Amino acid sequence: MKPRRRRMMAMTSGLVCLAAATALVLTAFEQNMLYFYTPTEIAAGVAPEGKRLRVGGLVERDSVRRTPGSLEVRFDVTDLDRSITVAYAGVLPDLFREGQGVVAHGRVGGNGVFEADEVLARHDENYMPPEVADMLEERGHPRDASLP
Amino acid sequence: MVPEIGQISLALALCLAVALAVFPLAGAHAGNARWMDAARPCAAGMLAFTALAFAMLAVSFFRHDFSVQYVALHSNLKLPALYRFAAIWGAHEGSLVLWQLILSGWTAAVALASRALPQVLRARVLGVLGLVSIGFLLFILLTSNPFLRLFPAAADGADLNPLLQDPALAMHPPLLYMGYVGLAVPFAFAISALLSGRLDQRWARWTRPWTTAAWMFLTVGIALGSWWAYYELGWGGWWFWDPVENASFMPWLAGTALMHTLAVTERRGLFGNITLLLAIAAFGLSLLGTFLVRSGVLVSVHAFASDPARGLFILVFLAVVMGGALLLYAFRNAGANPQTGFRLVSRESALLVNTVLLSAATVLVLFGTLYPLALDALDMGKISVGPPYFNLVFILPMLPLLLVVGAGMHASWKATDTAAWGRKLRAPAAAALIAGIVLSVAVYGFAGILTGIGMLTAAWVIAAALRDPVAWLLRRGPRPRRSAWGMQVAHCGLGVTTLGIVVVSAWGVETDRSLALGESLEVSGYEFQLERIEDVDGPNYQAAQGVVQVSRNGRPVTTLYPQKRVYEVQQSPMTEAGIDAGWRHDLFVALGEPLGEDAWSVRVQIKPLVRLIWLGALIMGLGGFLAISDRRYRATGTGSKEQ
Repeated sequence: MKPRRRRMMAMTSGLVCLAAATALVLTAFEQNMLYFYTPTEIAAGVAPEGKRLRVGGLVERDSVRRTPGSLEVRFDVTDLDRSITVAYAGVLPDLFREGQGVVAHGRVGGNGVFEADEVLARHDENYMPPEVADMLEERGHPRDASLP
Repeated sequence: MVPEIGQISLALALCLAVALAVFPLAGAHAGNARWMDAARPCAAGMLAFTALAFAMLAVSFFRHDFSVQYVALHSNLKLPALYRFAAIWGAHEGSLVLWQLILSGWTAAVALASRALPQVLRARVLGVLGLVSIGFLLFILLTSNPFLRLFPAAADGADLNPLLQDPALAMHPPLLYMGYVGLAVPFAFAISALLSGRLDQRWARWTRPWTTAAWMFLTVGIALGSWWAYYELGWGGWWFWDPVENASFMPWLAGTALMHTLAVTERRGLFGNITLLLAIAAFGLSLLGTFLVRSGVLVSVHAFASDPARGLFILVFLAVVMGGALLLYAFRNAGANPQTGFRLVSRESALLVNTVLLSAATVLVLFGTLYPLALDALDMGKISVGPPYFNLVFILPMLPLLLVVGAGMHASWKATDTAAWGRKLRAPAAAALIAGIVLSVAVYGFAGILTGIGMLTAAWVIAAALRDPVAWLLRRGPRPRRSAWGMQVAHCGLGVTTLGIVVVSAWGVETDRSLALGESLEVSGYEFQLERIEDVDGPNYQAAQGVVQVSRNGRPVTTLYPQKRVYEVQQSPMTEAGIDAGWRHDLFVALGEPLGEDAWSVRVQIKPLVRLIWLGALIMGLGGFLAISDRRYRATGTGSKEQ
């Protein structure tokens, strides 16, 4: 009886540990999954407010506004139909340019401004962020569109 | 003429690969010794012709032959000679030629070093490697020919991606490929064992050094990539859980597990089936990595659909290789039927736990890497999985694993005398406890329970690894044998890397600021002053170079020169960080962009013990080298007697 009980105990605790680990992994996965939204979707209110997500598009010409003496910057991102203002405080990536593709991670604030905590641009001169290229294509624009 | 010679060489290499696959395998099946003996000349010939093709590509680069499309796209008249050579593997086509060159190299090495092996096994191993070569040579010739001509020839080339113009990255792909492709050797051994239905301890002894060698290159290659990302991508991170990084990390995890189960198979004749499965999985993950990196899937699932030939080829190849191997695994039972078992407290148990945890880590990383791709391919939304997921699912199995590593390497095979085991572990446990507490409280300052646990674990692994060598030095223990040295050194390296990761994650400081000329910024007691910005001309770029004076308590420490480069041809800006590397910490300054009115955005970082991350990986590689050099693996003489 005793060894059998010990084995039962070991198996039960093993299963409990496994269940706890699985729950932890799934929660972590759920929390770190970022969905991609287009500026049009955000303007239409499809994107959940306050939840972390990604938005992408082209940076509007002459839309980059900086606050002197700090790293705060605002710019407008468009999918060539609607646009959304992105606010960010930090160093922008090397390949961030007006008229070209960008993806921002962050939350939609109450005032409709996208509060970004991370901004990604292209990896090199040949590639758009893939989400942006796909999005432009779906909206009937060339994959490598840029603003004049 | 030169590119055509290269092209013909590749075709001839393919012919020899076919011969290498057909004759030895058919010979082994039919028991024809002369057919089996064809393996070695075929392997040598395949290497010779692949090397010739590689050399022709190199010549095209050195002679600036812009009538070759690949050269025109990835080189330039102003590109320095070193990078013209590195440009050979700077993009898709050429990196496949390098891949095939390394595969031929491993094949020839097996042919050369396998004199002591039974003829049938040798023939089968080389034959399977020939099959893999057929796949890759066909891939090159059908979808990715590097010798394609451009007409009319370009006047100048489009230049190598500036990110790749760096010494560490020039070395990174060859090392990584040595590892990736090296895993084809244990895979070939596994398939041979399945074909013959015989897997014994001698088989494991022959397979082990090859696995360890591949693992060694993979370890150093990954570390080099991480180091490069740290200083060249500009922003001081050393691991991003980027799919490309995961692609190289998953084979490493599986390969590490394989290396350990092979030890059990060799010493005790156990875990045979797990070993076979891991050998198949490790090479499968290498192929998957190639698919992910080379098919364009990561750029976009849909970009893959728009240029399907390459991705489709690798996917089909992957399916054929893995499907075939797994079918063989399912229908052939090659596992040794062990007559022996082992007790709960034994080295076998520790290694079983090790296998389970490493496999779990591999699966969780694989899931996080592939799930977004699968979802996107099914048009179910575009998601990305953030680093916190990977951090958690990686730490979850690694923490218990590190505890087991320290204890397990002092457990005996079969059954451990628990009392003696406890006595052995007492000193390292005490040392780890003291070192961990002193470091995390007194030196760096308490930073949370999890960090404390991390410090203790790292110290525990290092102390446990050093226990036997220290006992020997104090003349209280026997001299460890070469393979034990290797194991201890490698585990010590693991502890060192862990220590670096914990310390830099917990106590690293990172500040982004706008800094005007002459203005200064204080970070952790260091004063960073942006003195001026000057213009610098490189061979093929112009740079704005910041001069940053670093001082502490008014005394100058160093001057850093972060650069913002613009490469002439591609006109892409690149951040070149200014780093003062040190044992205690790195001082790191990177220039962002001009903000107007003489101000720049600047990132300043203090990275304590960050060097240990890569140093630990080098130590792990050294451990692998020591393990291979053990006399028992020199299969000449004694090996042939054992047949």
